[in-house]
Amino acid sequence: MPALGADMDEGTVLEWLVKPGAPVCKGDIIAVIDTAKSAIEVESFHTGTVERLIVEPGETVPVGTVLALIAEPAAETAAAAPAEQPPAPPPPPKAPARVPSARNRPSRQPGTAEPHPAGASSPLVRHLAHDLGVDLTVVPGTGRAGTVTRADVERAAAARQPKAMRPRAPQRKASPQAARQRISPRARRVAAQLGVSMSDVTGTGPGGAVREADVRKAAATPQATPRQPPGAAEREPVVAATPAAKRARTMRQAIAQLMARSKREIPHYYLSNTVDMTAAMSWLHQRNRELAVSERLVPAALLLKAAAVAARQVPDLNGYWEGDHFVPAAAVHLGVPISLRGGGLLTPAIHDASDLPPGELMARLRDLVTRARAGRLRRAELTEATITVTNLGDQGVEAVFGVIYPPQVALVGIGKLTEKPVASHGLIGARPVVVTTLSADHRSSDGYTGARYLAALSDLLQRPEEL
Amino acid sequence: MTPEQARHAIEESLVQVAPDADLGSLGPDADLRDSLELDSLDFLNFIEALSERAGRRIEEDDYPHLATMASAIKFLADR
Repeated sequence: MPALGADMDEGTVLEWLVKPGAPVCKGDIIAVIDTAKSAIEVESFHTGTVERLIVEPGETVPVGTVLALIAEPAAETAAAAPAEQPPAPPPPPKAPARVPSARNRPSRQPGTAEPHPAGASSPLVRHLAHDLGVDLTVVPGTGRAGTVTRADVERAAAARQPKAMRPRAPQRKASPQAARQRISPRARRVAAQLGVSMSDVTGTGPGGAVREADVRKAAATPQATPRQPPGAAEREPVVAATPAAKRARTMRQAIAQLMARSKREIPHYYLSNTVDMTAAMSWLHQRNRELAVSERLVPAALLLKAAAVAARQVPDLNGYWEGDHFVPAAAVHLGVPISLRGGGLLTPAIHDASDLPPGELMARLRDLVTRARAGRLRRAELTEATITVTNLGDQGVEAVFGVIYPPQVALVGIGKLTEKPVASHGLIGARPVVVTTLSADHRSSDGYTGARYLAALSDLLQRPEEL
Repeated sequence: MTPEQARHAIEESLVQVAPDADLGSLGPDADLRDSLELDSLDFLNFIEALSERAGRRIEEDDYPHLATMASAIKFLADR
């Protein structure tokens, strides 16, 4: 169970997107995890073969718990059945790589563990398993280092049901061959709102996919079947995300905890600067006239781009405070708070924001907003921001002095774009301006550094064509 | 576009952007962005959807016409 943000202590597996035996590549989305804030897509940190899913959908476990075992690609999976174990470290010494905790180390690349050779069962055991028709990948091993012994194989063979049931398959667990239940994001959202458990829903969409109408039908059925009829047992149980009311409460608590920690630990200092947006706005206007509506840039996108480039120019504000020192980040991953309809907010990151052309950054931003509100953000997006930019301009405030997201060390605030009387070259004129602010961690930087940042931001916005 | 068609196109576009929007309680002269809490991205999505439905490009310079339901209907119906 990875930490999906500095404020997360535990998570619930909502759904597995892979089955035992499936090949996965590092970065493939393999599970949906529910946290206090949102359902989040989590990727595999390793390339290999899914050996076992340890935590069942619906189970809530602490951060750091082993969720699944993935065999390294070179490993002979047939010989690598790991020992039955409680869902907590340590893993068996020769077990395949486990999904590590990324707690408080957002910048670290997970999955750098040394490759483990698979525990080897003896050729004799393999031969026996073959003769008895036992699949070694699903036999719990009781031998040294979790290897499968002759007794394990015989036990598995004896325990086998006539219909070749998997030895440790619980009643509602799907056979690995069964297709997982597919659910449209909208259906998932509606299910959460209505408090419908996915295991009670019969999909009628293509390939048995669950659609919104199916969820509503299930919600309308007075007594959803608590036990599935035998025919339905081939479906993997999928748990509905937290209902909206509970979500609002847990999200508030998560925000409360993180922000209290920030104010408790981080000595903030604050700076502000009014930026003339004449050049930026006329550039935007010109550009938007020439492009399709869908390619249009909003001022916020240009401001984000400038904020990201400025963070690269003043790297002392881009990174993490770890223990007692600042660790600069190699890239600028821009955290962008997105308010959710219905309350609360999520702060996913736009990766490598300083290197994206404004149009691309804008597309990413739109995509993030859509997915944040649909509850389909990915782990990396929620854990890897190196600096955050909050934009409350649309809400009509002139300036925002934000609270830093630990372990980051700076938060940039953008206020409302307004026309103000501005003196320039001895003349007063009406010009579009925006108030930019910086909240920064005084442990890691001083006001001088912060001032350089805001000046860089302003300079960049005077030359929008270079952004 | 008739005013009725225009209203329909606007309402559909708004619902697409803000599915939870309560359009029934929206007065003709209420500010759309404020009442429905649309941020600049939401508003752009609205413009994009509306451009498609109206079958014509809506420029940034036209945004002031789209501030309220009444003004937006007038804007679309006039052309």
